[in-house]
Amino acid sequence: MALSIATRELDGVTILDLSGRITLGEGSVQLRDAIRELISKGVKNILIGLGEVNYIDSSGLGELVSAYTTAKNQQANVKLLNLTKKVKDVLQLTKLYTVFDIYEDEASAIASFK
Amino acid sequence: MDSVATVEEAAEKLIEGAGIDSDEAFKLVMGIREAAVNAVLHGNGYDPARQMTVTMECSQERVMVTVADEGPGFDLGSLPDPRAEENLMRGTGRGIFLIRSFFDEVNFRQLHPGTEIQLVKKFAASTGASG
Repeated sequence: MALSIATRELDGVTILDLSGRITLGEGSVQLRDAIRELISKGVKNILIGLGEVNYIDSSGLGELVSAYTTAKNQQANVKLLNLTKKVKDVLQLTKLYTVFDIYEDEASAIASFK
Repeated sequence: MDSVATVEEAAEKLIEGAGIDSDEAFKLVMGIREAAVNAVLHGNGYDPARQMTVTMECSQERVMVTVADEGPGFDLGSLPDPRAEENLMRGTGRGIFLIRSFFDEVNFRQLHPGTEIQLVKKFAASTGASG
């Protein structure tokens, strides 16, 4: 299942609701393009919803890191919401869990940008 | 990337069919997929003239997989720990780490041309595999 990305805005935060797999050849490029487009438009607060993402590979992890650093370089913030167990396990294994701001509920995540 | 999807599907069918529990199977298939991605991307450099050769053996005692490419090979010493502070924010370099995390043995062999990676996961009699 390829990655699908739905975009919405709430209280000044742009939320990307991802669904599917973030892998080389399936979702990595889509995620990269979506983040770059938002950054180029001057969006500063980006929340990536991963509640419907059950698979991420090493390439997808690289894209999440790239999204984070690209945003930081433009004084923007990328945070993560609703990790599934499988994605959380991989982030913990690679120690990336300590890098990202990660939230389990949307309201707390939105509030954290203020 | 079609060949990677083919390998992934075959691995899923074989490993899940052997009665290995689903969490373990997920990790093993993920590791095999990472090895296939390495072969196609880093080994063969997406060159359709270069072949990837995969073998898989699966039982309730052991999973053994080999993935061979026809690329120029690479220096294992050039694979830093992606969890180290200085590497944490790098966009690449996590594939082999994930493979090593999911398998008991990861062996590399230089071919002429290419590289073969061998992945071995052993199960104790009462763990890993069920049914």
